This record gives sequence, structure tokens and C-alpha cells, in this order.
Amino acid sequence: MLDKRLVYVTGKGGVGKTTVAAALGLAAARAGKRTVICEVAEQERITGAFGHEPAGFTETEVAHNLHAFSIDPEQAKQEWLRHQLRSGALAGLLNQSRIFQYVTAAAPGLAEVVTMGKIWELAQLQRRKAEAAPYDLVIVDAPATGHGLALLRAPRTFANIARVGPIKNHAETIHSFTTDPKVTAVVAVALAEEMPVNETIDLERRLADEMGLRLSAALVNGVLPERFTNAEAEAMASLDGAGSTAAREALTAALRAHDRARSQRSQVARLKRGVEAPVSTLPFVLTPEVGLEDLESLSVEVERKL
Amino acid sequence: MSPRASSGVGNLIARKEVVICAGSGGVGKTTVSAAIAAGAAVRGKKAVVLTIDPAKRLANSLGLPELGNEERRVEMDADGELWAMMLDAKRTFDDLVDTYSPDEQTRREVLENPIYRQLSNAVAGSQEYMAMEKLHELHQEGNYDLLVLDTPPTRNALDFLDAPRRLARFIDSRSLTFFRASTKMSMGIMGRGTGVLFSVMKKATGVDLLKDVAEFFNAMGDMTDGFRERAERVDALISDSRTTFLLVTSPRAAAIEEARHFHRKLQSEGLPFGGVIVNRMREPVRAEPAPELDSELAGMLDEKLAGKVARNLAEHRLLAERDALNVDRLGERLGRKPILTVPELSGDVHDLAGLAELNTHLFAPGALQR
Repeated sequence: MLDKRLVYVTGKGGVGKTTVAAALGLAAARAGKRTVICEVAEQERITGAFGHEPAGFTETEVAHNLHAFSIDPEQAKQEWLRHQLRSGALAGLLNQSRIFQYVTAAAPGLAEVVTMGKIWELAQLQRRKAEAAPYDLVIVDAPATGHGLALLRAPRTFANIARVGPIKNHAETIHSFTTDPKVTAVVAVALAEEMPVNETIDLERRLADEMGLRLSAALVNGVLPERFTNAEAEAMASLDGAGSTAAREALTAALRAHDRARSQRSQVARLKRGVEAPVSTLPFVLTPEVGLEDLESLSVEVERKL
Repeated sequence: MSPRASSGVGNLIARKEVVICAGSGGVGKTTVSAAIAAGAAVRGKKAVVLTIDPAKRLANSLGLPELGNEERRVEMDADGELWAMMLDAKRTFDDLVDTYSPDEQTRREVLENPIYRQLSNAVAGSQEYMAMEKLHELHQEGNYDLLVLDTPPTRNALDFLDAPRRLARFIDSRSLTFFRASTKMSMGIMGRGTGVLFSVMKKATGVDLLKDVAEFFNAMGDMTDGFRERAERVDALISDSRTTFLLVTSPRAAAIEEARHFHRKLQSEGLPFGGVIVNRMREPVRAEPAPELDSELAGMLDEKLAGKVARNLAEHRLLAERDALNVDRLGERLGRKPILTVPELSGDVHDLAGLAELNTHLFAPGALQR
């Protein structure tokens, strides 16, 4: 996986995509790859996770060999225009035009296509600016499944709309890069719960149907330890109602933890049956905010399992 | 006998006609939306829940086929009625074109235009736009006492509000005028500034794209006024005092952070905010880890198991305390607006019985904390 040039991390909302992207980034950097983690949300989280100030549209080194970058579609659009027109002056002219601002700010899908364009640019060995050093690997902390797919599809959508001309050519180039399994991998993050599992199964199918892409791996995040055996659970359940209030509370909590771990196990099994991609699990992290140490240990786990 | 109407979330939706459940992904928004509608039905109302992408088992139990774009009655034992619909963005968009096309030829031209087809199908934002459209349409028809909208999952909190406005602006007549002028392809007809601008844009995009866009706008023609007025009415509806936004969140730190962000945005947009529903709270534990408890457990179970039970309790305590702390942090930001907490239930909610169980918490008397 880390030998690709682009790893696209998506999955249902709230499953920990950012954490997994950060762990993947650390693993790659440790393996000697010059890596950038690319965020596409309004709120920047990667720099903060590594104890840095938000850096926005500036490639910032957050750990040895590891960089963070957050794509602002407006800035990506301007960069693309300057490049497309090969002239800062012409781009400036367009940008001063109220009509142009109006139409491009409103044009549905334009933000997505320039975002994908910037992701593609980061992954090129020959960067747009001669002084920009190339990366071995770009990890995208992508939006949740539906929007993540729409983002991935955006270049094709735009190529279809444009039919011919420079936009079409550029969009086709991006599309063929992001759908080439030799250079691009898609990773789904899930939780061991009903809906995230469904969404992951659905994602694999839609990737194949809509883009001809294979899901490279599914990572189940937050998997609880299986602390109790079934026999132990039975022993606890048979004590029904015995003991002090505190003891009863402790036993109830234990039985619920057992139930939850068991239900997680069956959801992981269901996911394994439901997708062709290899499924691995990551342990539940107990600390309140996932910190650098947790990221380090998760990255070791990720490296071992992928 | 119908339960008291004004307990818990019932307080927040009393005298409201539209409830918009908003929040980040993975917090149980769909389930909470369905539960609120079911709860209102039990309390005698005719309620409909509009959902985007429910879990299959929930959809099945509500009797929703995979891609229906019409409300369906859900069979349940209630004084009122529960209806549900699963939104199909493309169908809603096509229906709108039907409504606003002055004639059959225009309708066909729009529906077959490549820009329209991509726009209605593939483009992020159209789902949000259409969700708001459908909400507006159902409200206009006035067949329900209560509409509950389960908003699409978005990474950025208020995308589902911004997207409709963006799309409406795109179809707005001001850009239309420009592109209509551009089809004339004559610098003489266009103002000089527009002519230069157009030739630069051509260089950036290619001629065909501009031609398609121009044709799209031409075909949309007079319809654009209809779209704009509609977008304005949608805006008016969601700002109305008969509408309430409920924020759904989980008590985990990242979701709480998102909820705070969301709340700020709702306030700055001047939208009617009703309160927060914190879903899946880990239940607080009163028992404290103590040597007496350890020895009591050791007397009941074998030593190894007793140790594990004690450690599990300590861990659960920690997590439950953290949930409570996160909710307090959120509460500080809300002023006098209420927070309603729902404990983590033992299984996934995927049927009417599960919704009813959820409602014993959602509609519980005294459930609101201020």
C-alpha cells in the first residue's frame, strides 16, 4: 500500500478517518517515504494532532518526512487558473471580474474538481512550481463515503461536461491517475457497527460500478478488547441481582462490555463476508484525544496489518 | 391513551411544523429523526420523516423501498400517523423542471442537456438542495402536522444550507444574462469588458464547455425565476418560527467540537435553534473502585475474573465521566438552550420497537437539562 503514490482514505462519518490517515502517514514516513497528508475539510485537524499551528494551503512538515496540507478550493482554483492561462495577469483579470467570481463560486462541482486537481498535482514527480519537492506518497483524508465518492468522480464528471478543450484534457489526466490501481489505493475506514459496515460494503460495490476501482483495504477502527469469555459471561449473568449495588453495577458494566465486544465481532465477520478487500482491525484507544503516542502505536499496527 | 405530548423532545417540537435534525456523520441522526416522527405519531400527530440514506434494516422496517421518492405510510399502532420517505435527489430535480418548464420542448431540452444531467446526478450539493426543496414542497402541500428532515451527512456543518443557495445562485438569472450574451459570440453585441472576459474564459475552459453552459442557461430560460423564488421561499421556511433545528451529536470529543461549530453557524445565520440531542451517552456509574468492591467481587467470582470486572468498571467510569465532561463543555456554549441526553442502548436501533425504546428516553419527562 505504501508503495502507491496516492492513498485515498474514506468511510462513514465519525469513524476516525483523520486518525487513520495520520497513522498511515506516520508509517509511510517511518518507511523513508516523503509523505504529505492532505485534508479537504473546512476544519484542519492534522497539524493540530502533531502539535502544530494550522498551516492551511502551505505544505508544512509536522514530523520527520511527514507533511500536512489543507486544500482550500478557492486557492486551488486560483492556482489552477494561473497555471492554465500561463499568466498571472490574465488570471488576475478573471479573478477581478464579479461575474467570473460569481459563476465559479456557484458552479456546482468546480470546487471538487480543483481540489482533485491539487491532490493530483501533489502526487506528481514534476511539481507545478519547480522549487516544490516531489512527494513519494500523498494520503488524502477524504470526506465521508457519499461525498468522498463524488469528489473522486468529479474529474470524470467535469470531463464529461466539457467534452473537448483544456478542462477536458486536464480532468481526464487527473481521472486516469486517480483510477489507476498501480498508483492509487482507496482505503475504507469503518466501525464494527451496523451502518458503517453496510456503508463499507456499499462503497466497495460503488467504487467498482461507478469508477472501475477496487477497494484496497478496509480498516475497522475502535475495536474493543474481548475481555470476557462466554463462560465468564454466563458465570456473571448467573449471579443475577446478587451483591451490593456497586457489585451489581460492576457486573452489569462487564456484561454490557461483553455484549458489545461480541456484537463488534459479529459485525467484523459480516464485513469480512461482505467485501473482497482485506479487512483489518485497529484497537479502541482509551485516551480522550488521540495523541501523538497513540498515533505512533496505531501507525505500527497499521503497518503490520496492511 | 396517548402519552403526554410535552415531555422531553416533545417540548422542543410543540407548535413546530418543521424539525431539521442536523449534525455530523455517524451520530445517529437518521435514527433520531425517525424516532421523533414516530413519537409525534404516537402523540396523535400526522408526521413524516424525510431521510436520505437510512440503514437498510431501518428502511425495511419502515417499509421504504430502496428508491422511492414519495411518502409512504408506516404501519404502526398510534393515534396519529407515521409516514416516511427516502429522498431521490435526481427525481426531485426532474420534477422541479417539470413544474417550471413553460412547454414540453423546453422540458426536454433541459432534461437532455449534458450540463443538467451531470448537475442533477453527480454533483455534490444537489442532494442537499433537493432535500430542502422536498421539505418546502411537502410543507406547501400542508398534508402533515409535522415534517422531520434528516439532513445528509456532510463534513462541513452547514453545507446542506449553503449548497442550495449556491446552486440557486448558479441558476440565477445574473449568470444567465452573461452566458446568454456569450452565445451570440459577437464582441459587438457584448460590452467590451465582457468580450475580453469571455475570450479569457474560453482560453481557460474551451469553447464547447462555454457553449454547453450557454445552451443550458438558454434552455433554463424563464425557469430560472421560478428556481430563484423557490430558493428564497426555502430560505424563508427554514428561518421561520414554525421551524426548529435540533443538533444531534454523540458525546465523543470530535463530535462535540463539530456540534459547537455547528451551533455557532446556526446562530450567525440567525436560524431557529431548538436544542441539542446527545445520543449514545455512556451511562454514569455510581460505584467507585474500592478495595471493598474488589474483595466482594473476589468472593462472588474467581480471582482472575473479579480483577477483570473491576478493571472494566474503572474503564467504563472513565469513559462515562469523559462523556459527561464533553456534554458540559457543550452546555457552556448553549446559553439557555436545552440539552437532552439519550443513553447508549444495548443494540443497534433498526425497527419500530427500537424507535419506541429510544423514545422512552427522547420523550421522557424531565429529560431536558438547561
